[in-house]
Amino acid sequence: MKTRHIFPLILVAIVPLAILAPIAIHAQGVTESMLLNPPPDSWPTHHGDYSARRFSKLKVINDTNVQNLSLDWESRVTGGIPSNAVPGRGGAGNVRVAGSPLLVNGMLYFTANDNAWAMDARTGRIIWHWYRESTGNEPVTSNKGMGMYGNWLYLITRDNYLVSIDATSGAQRWIAPVADPKQYYFSSMAPIVIKNHVIIGTGGDSLDLSGFLQARDPETGEIQWTHYNTPRAGEPGIETWPNEYAAAHGGGGAWVQGAYDPELNLYYYGTANPNPVYAPQSRKGADLYTSSIIAINPDTGKMAWYYQASPHDTHDWDAACDTVLIDGTINGKPRKLLAQASRNGFFFVLDRTNGKKIVAVPFVDTENWTKGLDARGQPIPDPAKEPSLGGSLAWPNAGSATNWPPPSFSPQTGLFYVGEGEGYAVFYLTDTDEHPEGYAGIESALGEGPGAIKALDYRTGRVVWRHNWPAGGGAVGLLSTAGNLLFCGNGTNLIAFNARNGKILWHAGLLAGPNAPMTFMLDGRQHILVFAGDTAYNFVLNTPVRAPTAKKK
Amino acid sequence: MKKLRNAILACAGTIAIVALALRAQTQTPPQTQTSAQSPAPAPQAPAAVAPNPLVTLGGNATIEATPAAVRQSGEDPAAVARGAAAYATAGCGSCHGATAKGTNIAPDLVRSPLVEDDTKGELIGPVLSQPHPKNGGTKPNLTDQQISDIAAWLRVQVYGAAMRDTYQYLNIVVGDPQKGEAFFNGAGKCNTCHSVTGDLAGIGSKYAPPQLQGLWISGGANARFGRGRGRGILTANGGMLADTAPPEITPSTITITVTLADGQKFTGVPVTYDDFHVAFRDMSGAYHSFDRRGEWPKVEVHNPLQPHWDLLKHLTDDEMHNVTAYLVTLK
Repeated sequence: MKTRHIFPLILVAIVPLAILAPIAIHAQGVTESMLLNPPPDSWPTHHGDYSARRFSKLKVINDTNVQNLSLDWESRVTGGIPSNAVPGRGGAGNVRVAGSPLLVNGMLYFTANDNAWAMDARTGRIIWHWYRESTGNEPVTSNKGMGMYGNWLYLITRDNYLVSIDATSGAQRWIAPVADPKQYYFSSMAPIVIKNHVIIGTGGDSLDLSGFLQARDPETGEIQWTHYNTPRAGEPGIETWPNEYAAAHGGGGAWVQGAYDPELNLYYYGTANPNPVYAPQSRKGADLYTSSIIAINPDTGKMAWYYQASPHDTHDWDAACDTVLIDGTINGKPRKLLAQASRNGFFFVLDRTNGKKIVAVPFVDTENWTKGLDARGQPIPDPAKEPSLGGSLAWPNAGSATNWPPPSFSPQTGLFYVGEGEGYAVFYLTDTDEHPEGYAGIESALGEGPGAIKALDYRTGRVVWRHNWPAGGGAVGLLSTAGNLLFCGNGTNLIAFNARNGKILWHAGLLAGPNAPMTFMLDGRQHILVFAGDTAYNFVLNTPVRAPTAKKK
Repeated sequence: MKKLRNAILACAGTIAIVALALRAQTQTPPQTQTSAQSPAPAPQAPAAVAPNPLVTLGGNATIEATPAAVRQSGEDPAAVARGAAAYATAGCGSCHGATAKGTNIAPDLVRSPLVEDDTKGELIGPVLSQPHPKNGGTKPNLTDQQISDIAAWLRVQVYGAAMRDTYQYLNIVVGDPQKGEAFFNGAGKCNTCHSVTGDLAGIGSKYAPPQLQGLWISGGANARFGRGRGRGILTANGGMLADTAPPEITPSTITITVTLADGQKFTGVPVTYDDFHVAFRDMSGAYHSFDRRGEWPKVEVHNPLQPHWDLLKHLTDDEMHNVTAYLVTLK
């Protein structure tokens, strides 16, 4: 009886509020099943799916019709104005969107340094814009994007704050400190959401910090676990450092997003170079687990295995590039594999259940720093090529072979595609103290020649086809599709190759160099979308689309 | 039915109220362009680690922040200089090392989170105004000015270690000039294009050794052989496209020969060269632009620096150092 009187009161109170409450069309957002099996009209995580293959099953656009690909819309974004901007000086609001956007429920979500946006994928209209000016001395980052859990977005700022944003409104829910930018940590990766973990990592090698990977609670931002990428006293791998102090200041940041195998429940990522960067004398030994590929349990943060791409690295050859998961065949047997085209110029294929090496061969034309492979199949660095007083000439240089722009693997062609460059540099030692600090050296006299797109047989690393660029090249973000297409950029061109044989089928000239293209279905049409600088370009086939018919009730 | 409808509405309303209440607690107004007040960061410093056991007492460190670091850091150079002197006379180096990089009995101050977080002495000051070290030490005999100066010097040491654009080369001339001369005139074949009394006369006076080494191995252009985002091989004299003067051709200028299907031939300096277009200014200064279709036009690239690129694929470090040592003598 009493309740009957209360109901009308509640109704009176809540009706106006209910009208004002934002209509949660996108309340569902990203679910775990969406991440495990992304629907065609989605791109719910940084690489499109957990495998980091950047391969799409979509083939509405294919090698028979891609010449009809044409511009649907373009849309330019402007960033927030930093407090030290010079009035009237151009470029204060210009930004570069470096990573692929997410696409969820018809909305694109993407970032540039200090900025995040939501954009209607049908029209290019900006729905909201979030901005926060970062602090600290490290300018060198390009934010790679966001992760999503339910209706919440996550990004990590240059000055190491994890931010959670409401995907509908762009409102900041909370902001959680991750690392001190005054210690020269910086962050740029797109958080990867796995079950109820937001996986983040920091970078920074200007001063000798301790790199780590971390899992955060998606609701509260609290730390679930932290995995330091260099060991402490008593831990396996500490014997590859002179002492714990060197390891604790040994670098090994995790600043690039990784891949995930749900069956094995392993998250794979590459770690950055050791510190001090160019000076070897205070860290004699392999310096685990810097410049390594690591497999880690995302629930516990416990490392399952490692493979070190550059033991005792002294050339800033991060293994912090993509780890691509391939379900392939080796010697007639199905194998779960992981491939990386690494900064040191080597193409690695590992068994991703245990880290055993299957392939370790150069993918660049010229490298001069190795003396073969060790017992684990890891490259042995030539001590003569360590940075020196008079300079050591090394091929590749710290960034010429490839870098964070993502490669692609097509299970249809069996080819691993990578944008590579040829280059050298002279590496000088400038800090000869027993106990050097920071970079402790200079990489200079860089020379870089035109690069190529190389299509590698994943089973051997053999180059099946290559396209030498007339000019430019180096690392570029790639996308391959079941339509037998490979999309990438060169200069300011977006280009479609026949993925099987490397013939150019289509291109479009943009206003800046394109980042890694992505693709999705929307309203029955397949879209190819790319950012170039501050502008998004959305391409569709120039063919009519059938109008819907009314459904009978 | 009405009861059920009311019940459902009430539930929905309750949920709406609760949801709104939660949102009100956790959300800031949308679309604000604020520089957020940064909360005090929780530094992810490693667990407490013993001071560096490697360096012997007093430390052998000699490398410290360079004058460029002092200039760029924004600190008052006079304060930094006084701070260096105060650090030395107060004997800080006997425990922390002459350049504050630590010894086996006292921590590295350059990597110290406290020093890294210090902006104007607010963190370092209190440490030096108390017994130091805390357990068993005595209060340092320093004036407030000296403490402030030492803090400035310490901040510059951090800056100088972290900002690698302030680093200085050491003496890079480690080679044998006579062997360098032999290589120049022998296996290196440098004398087939160059002359130490001609184009290279006095080159040792023109450039500091690190720049000299970089210039000669690359052939003078620091060898960006068309890398950069494929906007093409830039003209040597960087002229405007509308400039119709003949292009300046230097010994390192890349030129191209372009042959059309109808037999016309041009030579010029490339402006754009990718898979789709070739555009250039010919030797008279006129601008041409062509689509690339199939094998036409044919484009031959003449890069005078190609021999340098090829040489570097097998040049040893000893040979490089020797040639540099030789070129340094060409005053």
